[in-house]
Amino acid sequence: MLLMRRFEEKAGQLYIQQKIRGFCHLYNGQEALVAGAVSAISPDDNMVTAYRDHAHPLGRGMHPKFIMAELYGKVTGCSKGKGGSMHLFGKEYNFFGGHGIVGGQIPLGAGIAFAEKYKGTSHVTLCYMGDGAVRQGALHEAFNMSMLWKLPVIFIIENNNYAMGTSVERTTNVHDLYKIGCSYEMPSKQVDGMNCETVHEAIFEAATHCREGKGPVLLEMKTYRYRGHSMSDPAKYRTKEELEEYKAKDPIETVLSVLRKNKWISEKDIDASEERVKALVDESVEFAENSPFPDVHELYEDVYVQEDYPFIMDGF
Amino acid sequence: MRTIQFREALREALSEEMRKDETIFLIGEEVAEYNGAYKVSQGMLDEFGSKRVIDTPIAELGFAGIAVGAAMNGLRPVVEFMTFNFSLVAIDQIINSAAKMMSMSGGQYSVPIVFRGPTASAGMLSSQHSQAFESWYANCPGLKVIVPSNPYDAKGLLKSAIRDNDPVIFMESEQMYGDKAEVPEEEYTIPIGVAEIKRAGSDVTLVSFGKIIKTCYTAAEELEKEGIHAEIIDLRTVRPIDYNTVINSVKKTNRLVIVEEAWPLASIASEITFKIQKEAFDYLDAPILRVTSADVPLPYAPTLIEASLPNPGRIIKAVKQVMYK
Ligand SMILES: Cc1ncc(C[n+]2csc(CCOP(=O)(O)OP(=O)(O)O)c2C)c(N)n1
Ligand SMILES: [Mg+2]
Repeated sequence: MLLMRRFEEKAGQLYIQQKIRGFCHLYNGQEALVAGAVSAISPDDNMVTAYRDHAHPLGRGMHPKFIMAELYGKVTGCSKGKGGSMHLFGKEYNFFGGHGIVGGQIPLGAGIAFAEKYKGTSHVTLCYMGDGAVRQGALHEAFNMSMLWKLPVIFIIENNNYAMGTSVERTTNVHDLYKIGCSYEMPSKQVDGMNCETVHEAIFEAATHCREGKGPVLLEMKTYRYRGHSMSDPAKYRTKEELEEYKAKDPIETVLSVLRKNKWISEKDIDASEERVKALVDESVEFAENSPFPDVHELYEDVYVQEDYPFIMDGF
Repeated sequence: MRTIQFREALREALSEEMRKDETIFLIGEEVAEYNGAYKVSQGMLDEFGSKRVIDTPIAELGFAGIAVGAAMNGLRPVVEFMTFNFSLVAIDQIINSAAKMMSMSGGQYSVPIVFRGPTASAGMLSSQHSQAFESWYANCPGLKVIVPSNPYDAKGLLKSAIRDNDPVIFMESEQMYGDKAEVPEEEYTIPIGVAEIKRAGSDVTLVSFGKIIKTCYTAAEELEKEGIHAEIIDLRTVRPIDYNTVINSVKKTNRLVIVEEAWPLASIASEITFKIQKEAFDYLDAPILRVTSADVPLPYAPTLIEASLPNPGRIIKAVKQVMYK
């Protein structure tokens, strides 16, 4: 979580310096949703999410330098500089990517799970989506078929209460989003997403349900994004008090206080991990800075699997 | 004359028409309380209220369909897509409902609706957020497709689009919203389907539309320094296409280069090329060339974007080739 937080802080600074371009959506405040989940699943399990996707591959164990290089658009990035912030991918880590069309990843998550069931494995798929994304029609079609075919997928709503400038209350009569699953009789519940331990327990329980062949689960995780929607959003639609209320429940501070209370960690240990994280982030920036942009010949690569695909090239 | 921004020109067109006609309403994501993702509808909620400036959930298929239904039943919706990339979620209702309704009902149900928002690339946004779908929508009978290139045209054409009784696709650009130009305060409209010669020239015709017209200007100025006089035609509407303006220009210049941000296959450029070889074959002194985006999804890295999008250098190279220079 600390790495996620410091990585995002750095990304925010680099965006202002125009080292990172395009749209850039930070995960500050939401770290527990990934940290609590990865500790409850195995590396063979799958993950897919939307464009707010820096923390997910970090959680899966990808070195931050490959993420930072991608944010820079460098050829050494995890998507070879072709995807940028919104489209991180990590096949090695069973991370099926960050997706830019809101809700587009919901049926994909069901499909990834479909393939696991088809192949007869016990792997589960974690499919993350925002509170705004649940308003897309594709969710309903995917939920219904996931239940019908008992697909091993955990749908996770990252409910940070805002879709850009629109609060959940302004888009629906049903403010408890987990209830969306109920009309499909999908096991559904609300989870405190600011608490790593409760997230871990909920994901572990859901994954067990999936692995037993009982089908999908919906978890609505209540969380908050500390930053604006993207780097260009001043977030005027919410109050400072609201932000402070959530910051008081900060997921990292919560873990630290448990560790401190039980004397499982010393201040020296905390400092040491801050140091370690800082070194990792610095290394990532240096790696990104020193990597080259993709060469123009890369333009026609990776579009098709077929290597000699006949592109139209008019010469201009 | 006063100068205003592209977004203000759009806002004036919307507001002026809404003041005159109670049945017009604006619907889309973040159009009301947030004042529009790109501030086109700034202040409109205050003026027209939440009955007529309507925020939606992120549910393009649903709200596009609701708007088409409302249009079938006497209202005149203006639907804002945050970008046309997201219109693909709604495209079933645009193509299968809006574009078909008149014909399928034997003329009983018209669909007076405008779908508007930005199209094409807007910086380093990678492939899902950089697509130019003008030729996709232009392919579909039942629709009209407008792609303005400047604030003056945007205002006049949007007013025509709103007054039009058929479904209109109106495509803008994030990269144009801040552009400023002279726009008169007096009422005016610009007819749909009429191209304009934006710059007269005798040596070569450059045909384009939308944001990329600016790139043509830059290229034309460079060419001028070398004594090559390029004529620039802004199609303004890509369905219907004003073929005659292009044909007449080619009869004069005998050379044609088409510039378009979309992918090459089945593009507007392909269509114009067909028409010109059919109608003005004997006038051509060189094969028609086109400058489009590369035939690939637009990546994120700046080096690859530079190699992909039409730019002045590529246009100049194409012009010189048709001039055999
Ligand atoms: C189909 C589609 N419509 C609109 C957008 C523009 N858009 C990008 S993010 C976003 C808000 C999504 O909010 P939410 O799902 O709550 O995720 P969060 O940003 O809070 O993580 C919108 C409207 C888009 N990318 N795709
Ligand atoms: Mg949200």
